[in-house]
Amino acid sequence: MECENAVFGINGPVIKVKGKTNLSMMEMVYVGNERLAGEVIRLDDSMTTIQVYEETTGLRPGDPVYATGEQLSLLLGPGILDNIFDGIGRPLKEIEERCGAFISRGASVSSLSAEREWDVTVTAKVGDTLSGGAVYATCPETTIITHKCIVPPNICGVVKYAKPSGKYKIHDTVVTLTDQNGNDIDLTLCRQWPIRISRPIAERLYANAPLITGQRIIDTLFPVAKGGTAAIPGGFGTGKTMTQHQLAKWCDADIIVYVGCGERGNEMSQVLEEFSALIDPKSGRPITDRTVLIANTSNMPVAAREASIYTGITMAEYYRDMGYHVAIMADSTSRWAEALREISGRLEEMPAEEGFPAYLPSRLSEFYERAGLVRTLNGATGSITIIGAVSPQGSDFSEPVTQNTKRFTRCFWALDKSLAYARHYPAINWLTSYSEYGADLNKWYNDNVGEDFTKLRDRLSLILQEEAKLMEIVKLIGEDVLPDDQKLVITMAKVIRVGFLQQNAFHKDDTFVPLEKQLKMMRAIIYLNRAAKSAIAAGVSLSAIISAGLFDKLTRIKYDVPNDQMDLIDKYPAEIDEAIASLRAQ
Amino acid sequence: MIFEYIGVKEIQGSLIVLDEVECPSFEEMVEIRLDNGTKRSGRIIRLEGDRAVIQVFEGTKGISLVNTRTVLKGKPMELSLAPEILGRVFNGVGEPIDALGKIYPTEKNNINGTPINPVSRVYPKNYISTGVSSIDTLITLIRGQKLPIFSGSGMKHNELAVQIVRQANITDSEEANFCVVFAAMGVKNDIADYFRRSFEESGVLEKVVMFINLANDPIIERILTPRCALTAAEYLAFKHNMHVLVIMTDMTAYAEACREFSSSNGEIPGRKGFPGYLYSDLASLYERAGMIKGSGGSVTQIPILTMPNDDITHPVPDLTGYITEGQIVLDRTLDSSGIYPPVSVLPSLSRLMKDGIGAGYTREDHSALSNQLFASYAKVQDVRSLASVIGEEELSSSDKKLLEFGKRFENEFVKQGFNENRTLEQSLSLGWKLLSSLPKSELDRVDNDMLAKYYSEDTAEN
Repeated sequence: MECENAVFGINGPVIKVKGKTNLSMMEMVYVGNERLAGEVIRLDDSMTTIQVYEETTGLRPGDPVYATGEQLSLLLGPGILDNIFDGIGRPLKEIEERCGAFISRGASVSSLSAEREWDVTVTAKVGDTLSGGAVYATCPETTIITHKCIVPPNICGVVKYAKPSGKYKIHDTVVTLTDQNGNDIDLTLCRQWPIRISRPIAERLYANAPLITGQRIIDTLFPVAKGGTAAIPGGFGTGKTMTQHQLAKWCDADIIVYVGCGERGNEMSQVLEEFSALIDPKSGRPITDRTVLIANTSNMPVAAREASIYTGITMAEYYRDMGYHVAIMADSTSRWAEALREISGRLEEMPAEEGFPAYLPSRLSEFYERAGLVRTLNGATGSITIIGAVSPQGSDFSEPVTQNTKRFTRCFWALDKSLAYARHYPAINWLTSYSEYGADLNKWYNDNVGEDFTKLRDRLSLILQEEAKLMEIVKLIGEDVLPDDQKLVITMAKVIRVGFLQQNAFHKDDTFVPLEKQLKMMRAIIYLNRAAKSAIAAGVSLSAIISAGLFDKLTRIKYDVPNDQMDLIDKYPAEIDEAIASLRAQ
Repeated sequence: MIFEYIGVKEIQGSLIVLDEVECPSFEEMVEIRLDNGTKRSGRIIRLEGDRAVIQVFEGTKGISLVNTRTVLKGKPMELSLAPEILGRVFNGVGEPIDALGKIYPTEKNNINGTPINPVSRVYPKNYISTGVSSIDTLITLIRGQKLPIFSGSGMKHNELAVQIVRQANITDSEEANFCVVFAAMGVKNDIADYFRRSFEESGVLEKVVMFINLANDPIIERILTPRCALTAAEYLAFKHNMHVLVIMTDMTAYAEACREFSSSNGEIPGRKGFPGYLYSDLASLYERAGMIKGSGGSVTQIPILTMPNDDITHPVPDLTGYITEGQIVLDRTLDSSGIYPPVSVLPSLSRLMKDGIGAGYTREDHSALSNQLFASYAKVQDVRSLASVIGEEELSSSDKKLLEFGKRFENEFVKQGFNENRTLEQSLSLGWKLLSSLPKSELDRVDNDMLAKYYSEDTAEN
């Protein structure tokens, strides 16, 4: 690698190289004798500007800048799952082995182990014509995920040689293609892909199946489609990270990419510890087998924070192209936006709102648009669901990151401070949140869960809306003066809030609730509502119904009925009828 | 060869500019000698070819374009470390100011530290008993946690911090391994003195390392003070396996120093004039709390910050809350009604407590009890606002009970003496005693087994 360029100016993570250089925009470079990774972010004929992904302390003017001729890219191949990477795709476990507990600079480590052998089944045969996206070899990457090696999108050719199935390392050639021009192309188990460019697909499909999360308020009231986008905004302490963890643990995607972007180091060690201890009920294996973590904690270099989101989505796209359903959790996109702001400030760009650069909305939309349910180049169906946490400054949802995120996501799970203060988790506010997928997914719910599912859901949210209206009055005059039928609305809403929407992540049955149980719970609640309403109309007082313990009983369904005996709920209507009948008799 | 640069090219605020510098490196330390014989130190913060922009720690007062000789030290800012730093007092840049002589270092570390690899972290789980009911029960402090106190001017945050230091039971048994690193940033002289006296009175002074930057000390030193303190803390924790409690006060003054420096540096301001990188900057301090594999020590941080105008959405508390693992919020209304410690429990939170409490750590009912106290006390707030509209007389009987519960919760549970050290057992029992004044049906966060075991109706009348 020759070096013609030298450092001229240094300002934090921003490095300048004087004069006209042969570097290209977004090219990856190595800076200084320690070879710190960086990327070209601005060019003109007198100056080249580079952002460096590591601490720049100790760099000197005159230090070499090495060109690589390539954009910042990621090595994709088997070994990504069950691993943890930093923002630019370096494996943290290997860095630990090399540098100890503290990350030192210039650690150049390949993202994937070059030594590990994989049990490869070569599926391509000599004479086959393979085009971009075609699978030529597979290997079990973890016990539950089969890794499919796919021909890079821009390559097409006829198989000239194919190795027999057997043990190979990632850089071993397993298939050789001859393209139209007669050139030989060697295909190994891995390939590079620039992280800022989205991988091509055949076509986008209409997203009509939900991502099942087992979280009642999400699955029932505000569902997200497989291939959809959702935002979780909330001030500090409202449970963004907890919600993200719950989704990563329980949602029914095949692969989870968890990006810890500018968050706490202890949180990442918690994820590592909890996820490896948690057994996925479907496969019976630790959920780390389907998870990849990307950690850029808040004290790691800020430029790598900006890259971490792209690293995550590129890995997600890679697995999507194999025909998997991938969910990516980005916690938190606000830190990413702040990294943009910080770099932009160092470049002395003209700021727009609150110091954020004017290109913030376009960067956000580029990111969220990489989600979707698609047909891949090889005809398989795969999806990427993006769930981004947003940390609004001062818990103010009108700030630019929240507002722009709102424009590009279709689910908005607004976390509420006062719910969190009362330790009501998940603290998703049912009045300000919304999901635009509701109508798209109605058919799926009614066909696959129960034909009354959407009707029950609408009843449920109606009661909550009515309660909100009544609470305005209650705040002024107290609850006692309301007539019984209005008090019933408030009491029912309390059952829904505490018994249905609130969910205990630490309870073995309540942390994940199957859709069927959600449906049965809703049925029981709505049944009680109807029965109590007619009883009140017939002259039974609400306090009598309350003291019969019916509301308390319904509130406790989530704990009383284990997930494997949910038929118990079917007996509730009879008990309700009986209790109410005896009240009427009195 | 060592070059001496005579004079400077430009002076602006706390920055000086040198031209034609031979081989400078980014963040290198420099020494500036004035013609009158005084010495100052500084750090290179920007380089443009052979032009270096230098931040002078002691300020540029008295510097002219010709009266200085500047020498580059060839290395970034380092702190001299040895086990003997315990019991010593340093200024903001780590020089001894207690007239006990120099530290003979066994090692020197860059004060900026390096990030801990998330893979190497140990997830904190051991709780620290502080003897304060509201903290132990509701906002449990965990070893290796960073838990700030959000306060306001004139409230009793310093007393609370001293009480925590005095009562904290941070180690399992070997008391010898406990030490305190205290960083004062821009605080008044009498506050620094208060801490020193309190440490002395409680007999921990020889286990305290103090870094003092007073309100009239140079602001650039203020930016370095917490970094020096944390470097010392990391050294004691990870080299000498000590459990270190770091008290940093006042983070607001620190952030304001950053702002002052940033604006003199001509940077584009973010919210309220604070620099756009304030989040990263604060994180580079707070994230230095924790525990690592292969070391028995820990760094636990209790930063103290005063919220300007008691506004929790001000950038400093706001960004801090996003980085730290919870917060202890103090409340002025409680404070003025004579409740000490004036902990406002609802916005307070400890993120790490969920894994550090319960059976095997504290007591099986701890988590349910704290959830129930939070939930019931949250309801009290609703009832109070209703009572302020319709009057207490008009409230329903269950609401009246809640109101009574709220009063007792504040006066018996939150309130405690400055020297009162309650065991966790006492605090939990007190919590149940208060909950027992509410009807069983109001308690929706505890299951029936626990109610049967801990709920006792007869205490309600006592």
